[in-house]
Amino acid sequence: MLTIKNLHVELEDDGKQILKGVDLTVEPGTVHAIMGPNGSGKSTLSYVLAGREGYRVTEGSATLDGADILAMEPEERAAAGLFLAFQYPVEIPGVGNMTFLRTAVNAQRKARGEPELSAGEFLKAVRAKAASLKIDAEMMKRPVNVGFSGGEKKRNEILQMAMLEPRMCILDETDSGLDVDAMKLVAEGVNALRDAGRSFLVITHYQRLLDHIRPDVVHIMAAGRIIRTGGPDLALQVEQSGYADIMAEVQE
Amino acid sequence: MTALVQARQDALAARLAGLPAAPGGWQAPARAAASARLAAMGLPVRRDEYWRYTDPAALTAPQPPAAAIFAPGDEEPAFDGIDRLQLVFVDGVFDAAASDAPDLAGVEITRLADAGADIHWARDLYGVLEARGQTPVARPLAALNTAHATEGVLIRVTGRAPRPVALVYRRSASDTDAILHHCVRVEAGAELTLLESGPAAARFCKVIEVDVAEGGRFHHIRTQGRDHERHAVTHIFARLGAGALFKSFTLTANGRLTRNEAVIDLAGEGAVAHVAGAAVGDGGFHHDDTVFVTHAARGCESRQVFKKVLKNGAVGVFQGKILVKPAAQKTDGYQISQSLLLDEASQFLAKPELEIYADDVKCSHGSTSGAIDDTALFYLRSRGVPMRQAQGLLVLAFLAEAIAEIEDEALAEDIRTRLEGWLNRHTG
Repeated sequence: MLTIKNLHVELEDDGKQILKGVDLTVEPGTVHAIMGPNGSGKSTLSYVLAGREGYRVTEGSATLDGADILAMEPEERAAAGLFLAFQYPVEIPGVGNMTFLRTAVNAQRKARGEPELSAGEFLKAVRAKAASLKIDAEMMKRPVNVGFSGGEKKRNEILQMAMLEPRMCILDETDSGLDVDAMKLVAEGVNALRDAGRSFLVITHYQRLLDHIRPDVVHIMAAGRIIRTGGPDLALQVEQSGYADIMAEVQE
Repeated sequence: MTALVQARQDALAARLAGLPAAPGGWQAPARAAASARLAAMGLPVRRDEYWRYTDPAALTAPQPPAAAIFAPGDEEPAFDGIDRLQLVFVDGVFDAAASDAPDLAGVEITRLADAGADIHWARDLYGVLEARGQTPVARPLAALNTAHATEGVLIRVTGRAPRPVALVYRRSASDTDAILHHCVRVEAGAELTLLESGPAAARFCKVIEVDVAEGGRFHHIRTQGRDHERHAVTHIFARLGAGALFKSFTLTANGRLTRNEAVIDLAGEGAVAHVAGAAVGDGGFHHDDTVFVTHAARGCESRQVFKKVLKNGAVGVFQGKILVKPAAQKTDGYQISQSLLLDEASQFLAKPELEIYADDVKCSHGSTSGAIDDTALFYLRSRGVPMRQAQGLLVLAFLAEAIAEIEDEALAEDIRTRLEGWLNRHTG
């Protein structure tokens, strides 16, 4: 599914190197988690994969089913099946949530040569999915993320994911700012989408999200590299003894 | 006489030389008074305080600058889906054959050129609000209009108009000069929606005087279409009685030069006036909104919402003032002017002003100018929305607050659809 090889990335502004050779392979149908201390490059990795401006790839590659995603525009990556759930979902005053979602769904369908959904088909699909995430009709009428609580914003991200049906989902600190109940709701939404053809890369600072979204593989990232890879137990180890021990072990 | 004064007089004489003699009749005293005002003021020049950002030369020249006829292609006529009574002017001349019969319950419609001496209500309005609107800011082109307009409509509303009256301004030639003067009197408790569309002429000078009596309601929605080479200066002078409502919205796309002036007098307690504009300009486009709202009575509300999207060197101007007189306690005044600059070549010039003589008022104003929000653009694109479509969505979002000033949802939708069409043509 997603293959990242020796990825080096620096900031366009000041040339500061953030990723210093990331290697990662996500197989179809698996959930990978990336954990790491603040400033380790986790969010940068998600932004670079989604195509945000401001970063320069100096070395390495990232492919989705063999296709070079780094050469694509952000919208092409989305149409190819990549989705990033933002750590800080963006507020867009003046654009209705429903309009936004329908525009996105139909733009992707069009890019893939599929017929656009009619207003009725779209409404039916969105209602069912919104209900399972406890997103009411009022939230759909409001401008995108404007006036949404932290939990509402994250649920809205998952709703977009459910409607766009991407194959490779990247969740950037989706648990940040959520209480336990809100986190459970989001995790249920994610778990409902798990299937053999869809992969997840869950970026998180804390282990608690991984109690609800059970990963197959856990990676620890520090200083722009993945320093250790293991099973779910690795997350528990971090929870118990923090990142410092692992980082110290790696340095020895 | 100084050389400067002489130059102004010569310019005025040259401008007036080409105009037909103004008719007499009941309008004669108003026209004579307007001529005197105009002679005292002279035509506007760049040095005048409210013309610093907009060069009036094309509006004051003896001949209109030539403007090639614009073909709108497959674009539907404005307000096509709205049930309305249409009055058509071609090159500034009323076209009865192309117009609907002026029969509307609760509404009297008379062509200015046909109005006999018995139109008493219009005698009390024609040139009256325009004359009041000359203080403290001179508006010579409006005085010229009152003095020399031979065409226009007089609309008196005594009930709730069952459908909107639509003034349609067509043009057939590249060198036409049109002057129209309309008067609208909305009687107590009556209501009218007035629609306007079309370029009217290569050069267009228009005045509407609107008098809304106690509890009356007046809605005004207009589109100034994509006609690229036209020049236009328009004025709305409005006076509102107690509890009256006035709402005006303008959508402008292109045109070489557009100056829209609104002069609004909140004269009766609890009156409400909203003036809004959404403008989309590309290239050789200069768009100027000049608004003057006077709060003269207690407890009135005014809103000015102006948004402009500018690219390829287009220029936007906003000059807006709220004047609160000593008697106008409990005034609620709001003014916002914003521009979205799609490139560095475009320019927005704003002059927001507040002048307040009452002590218990709430007035706010803000003016901003900025580029498209990159974060929002990336968010949309990351969901699969192509760049241009994403930009279009954000442009519509930016203009939404102005369009929201249209009360009637069908008309708001008509404006939105038209705007989307224009944006698609622009970016496609």
